[in-house]
Amino acid sequence: MKLTVNGVAHDVDVEEDMPLLWVLRDELKLDGPKYGCGVAACGACTVHVGGVAVRSCQTLVGDVDGPVTTIEGLGNPDEMHAVQAAWLKHQVAQCGYCQGGQMMQAADLLSNNPNPTDEDIDDAMSGNLCRCGTYPRIRDAVKSAAKNLQVS
Amino acid sequence: MGRIGTIARRSFLVGSAALLGGVAFGYYMYKQPVDNPLDDDLAQGEAALTPYVLINADGVTLITPRADMGQGAYSVQAALIAEELDIELDQINVDPGPPSAAYWNTAIADEGVPFPSTDRGMAAETMRGFMGAVIKLMGMQITGGSTTVPDGFEKLRVAGAVARETLKAAAAEMSNLTITQLKTERGAVVLPDGKRIPYEALAAKAAEIEPVTDVAPRPSTQWRLVGKPMQRVDMVSKSTGTQSYGIDMRMEGMVHAAVRVNPRKGGEVISFDATDAEVMRGVQKVIPVAGGVGAIADNTWRAFQAVDAIEVEWGAAPYPAEQSEHWQVLADTIDAGDADATPRDDGDVDGLATTVEVEFRAPYLAHAPLEPMNATVLVTDDRVDVWTGNQIPRMTQSSVAKMTGVDVDDVHVHILMMGGSFGHRLEDEVVKRATELAMAMKGTPVKLTYKREEDTLQDFTRPLALMRGRGAVADGKVTAMEIKVASPSIMDSQMVERQGFPVPGPDTTITQALWDQPYAIPNYRVTGYRAPKLGPVSSWRSVGASQNGFFHENFLNTLIHAAGADPVEERLRLMTDDPSRKTLEAVAEMSGWGGELAANKARGVAFCLSFGTPCAQIIEITNGEDGIKLDKVWVAAEVGKVVDPVNFENLVAGGVIWGLGHAINSQITYADGRTEQENFWDFEGLRNYQTPEIIVRGLENRDYVTGVGEPPVPPAAPALAEAIFRATGERPTEMPFGERFGFV
Repeated sequence: MKLTVNGVAHDVDVEEDMPLLWVLRDELKLDGPKYGCGVAACGACTVHVGGVAVRSCQTLVGDVDGPVTTIEGLGNPDEMHAVQAAWLKHQVAQCGYCQGGQMMQAADLLSNNPNPTDEDIDDAMSGNLCRCGTYPRIRDAVKSAAKNLQVS
Repeated sequence: MGRIGTIARRSFLVGSAALLGGVAFGYYMYKQPVDNPLDDDLAQGEAALTPYVLINADGVTLITPRADMGQGAYSVQAALIAEELDIELDQINVDPGPPSAAYWNTAIADEGVPFPSTDRGMAAETMRGFMGAVIKLMGMQITGGSTTVPDGFEKLRVAGAVARETLKAAAAEMSNLTITQLKTERGAVVLPDGKRIPYEALAAKAAEIEPVTDVAPRPSTQWRLVGKPMQRVDMVSKSTGTQSYGIDMRMEGMVHAAVRVNPRKGGEVISFDATDAEVMRGVQKVIPVAGGVGAIADNTWRAFQAVDAIEVEWGAAPYPAEQSEHWQVLADTIDAGDADATPRDDGDVDGLATTVEVEFRAPYLAHAPLEPMNATVLVTDDRVDVWTGNQIPRMTQSSVAKMTGVDVDDVHVHILMMGGSFGHRLEDEVVKRATELAMAMKGTPVKLTYKREEDTLQDFTRPLALMRGRGAVADGKVTAMEIKVASPSIMDSQMVERQGFPVPGPDTTITQALWDQPYAIPNYRVTGYRAPKLGPVSSWRSVGASQNGFFHENFLNTLIHAAGADPVEERLRLMTDDPSRKTLEAVAEMSGWGGELAANKARGVAFCLSFGTPCAQIIEITNGEDGIKLDKVWVAAEVGKVVDPVNFENLVAGGVIWGLGHAINSQITYADGRTEQENFWDFEGLRNYQTPEIIVRGLENRDYVTGVGEPPVPPAAPALAEAIFRATGERPTEMPFGERFGFV
């Protein structure tokens, strides 16, 4: 099965009904997407397929019909995406386990809505659970990233 | 101090007997230095200047033995060492170090002593010192009880100072200068001519000389790092998805495992049929484990699929099967009248006419950190390695040694970053299950990952608790408050049953944050009742205070309302502790308490002293057509010194969100002997859309330092309950409030 992840083409030999999350983690060794619930209830596994945020734990690999981007492909410590830079500036993370998924969701929001209201942010981000309770900083970081993206 | 009463003597005597050698032996051992655990593995040219500072060719590594589950423990510990070592946080590595008695936690016992934490008198300090000795003897390397900063505040700075002065002594010898001519900055000793010798270049020399131990940490006026905003050492990795956690462990030849353990926790496996599972793609082996079954496969998902395909007949639960029976046990326990402890008994509660009676309940709750339980274990004939995120490495090391028969010194526990814990990783059942699997796969590393459902079903929850209150008011004042509380014992379940660690005397968590509140109510009694074993229970963020803060403050607000008094003013009148009073005054001032509110808005206030930290909160809500909306929370906490204001604000806000989320949305209930909730669809805390604006202030009105991981949790629920009462006329008596009240 062919799969393009972060710009790299892969051929994976797995069942079609294996969730994309586990193909990324266990077959392609990309640990950025996290397993939290397995039922699309927490958002820790969020990746982009064809530029749209999806829950990779509930996306069967056989159904993937576009290039996949994970948090590793969004940006890296040397070259951060505006969302990652905002997350760093606001020191959003506590345990950090959900934050890869939060950032992928935020990047999706901002690509569709460059100037989200508080309500837009709540609507887009409420599927992403954070057990540490970093939501106030997530809101601030999303707004900060929106500003920076508009400037640049 | 009549409330010290019998409980103190009982704890003290039984406690000292438990040392096997008595107090004298304990005192002797307490005075003996513990071997530096880093000395064992040193290569040529490396120096372990204290158990906390390791310098080698790779650079300077600060050993941060309190584990990081998201609270920023690595950063705060590193900052305390770096403050004195004259090195910057971007120049160092952090490592949680090996399990070792050198890393004992002296502060963890403070919450267990029968003195209120505001009492710093001699008797209380002596008792704390004694409990500290016990902890040291037991080598209790625990992360918990909001103790990382109080435990490390002096110790880590002294460790940094010892290392710094020893490096200077080494540099003095090498350069034929005197120590007083030398300075240190940014990881180097600086000679009078400006030449810099990096610490790495001094390691070999420093290892040869006697460490300079006659040092005192610098006064606060000279601090460079402590008290100033910092960037946590894990922030770049956690902002880019590059942080590795226990669940990301990967090794050559590693196999993946899943388990299903009897959801009737502690029940047996009557029989199982793995015929279907064994022939599934990638499945290597099906292995019985204690109370369940496990499967080994070539990836995580296939292991999950395999255990789900095993047909198992489960035995009965060793506790009542239905939730209503659990509540009945608590009621019966209070009715039977056999107290576990009466840690407070002031005035004459019995002699007064009761004007107010209440009954409140708090449910079982799961910890549910977002990273599910996991552990990687490699068993060979003479050595075991464990990689996991865990708050109790020494106990884990000992358990694994017992299970495998390998000498305890040959069991190596490597602590990895944790994706949350909230107390869940004070338990190590996942390591025990992984060890069983690894024993059947000798020589092959086995990574066991719990499915979310398994993590929830097998969780050792917060205890459920039932509280009955009787109180009286007169002349606009609260005059009497009697609290009886029953819950199963965390210590019996967590420490005695699962760790084999004796905890003598009453279970202080049952009455935690009820009896030690700084109020001078003239007639004031608190009695704890230890219920017989129910569902297995454990420490959950803020432990006994998580339910008792709700009980005490919801009751006090009830009485204050009956007295016709203002809940801030009456608390201030009753408070005996000045820093506590200032904490409450701070939130009143921050929120403009007493001002006019719009018709559909209401506010509530609560205070709780837990883990030595006074914390006060005021919440404002809107009672709208769609339900109750949480608008804004003001929170103040007194910690003596805020080490990192940025992380402090995040932890406090997170604690409030934790407290509010579970107060309105969450419970664990039993049916047919198993918990009914399995995943985040039926057990969740707060989500983004329900989160209020939170305004945080840290106070520094005391000369000793306390922690803040847990204290913001207890006041959140009772403050909200009071606001709901003021908005609706109905007082919540039972969590989760969402069962009775609608929320946006």
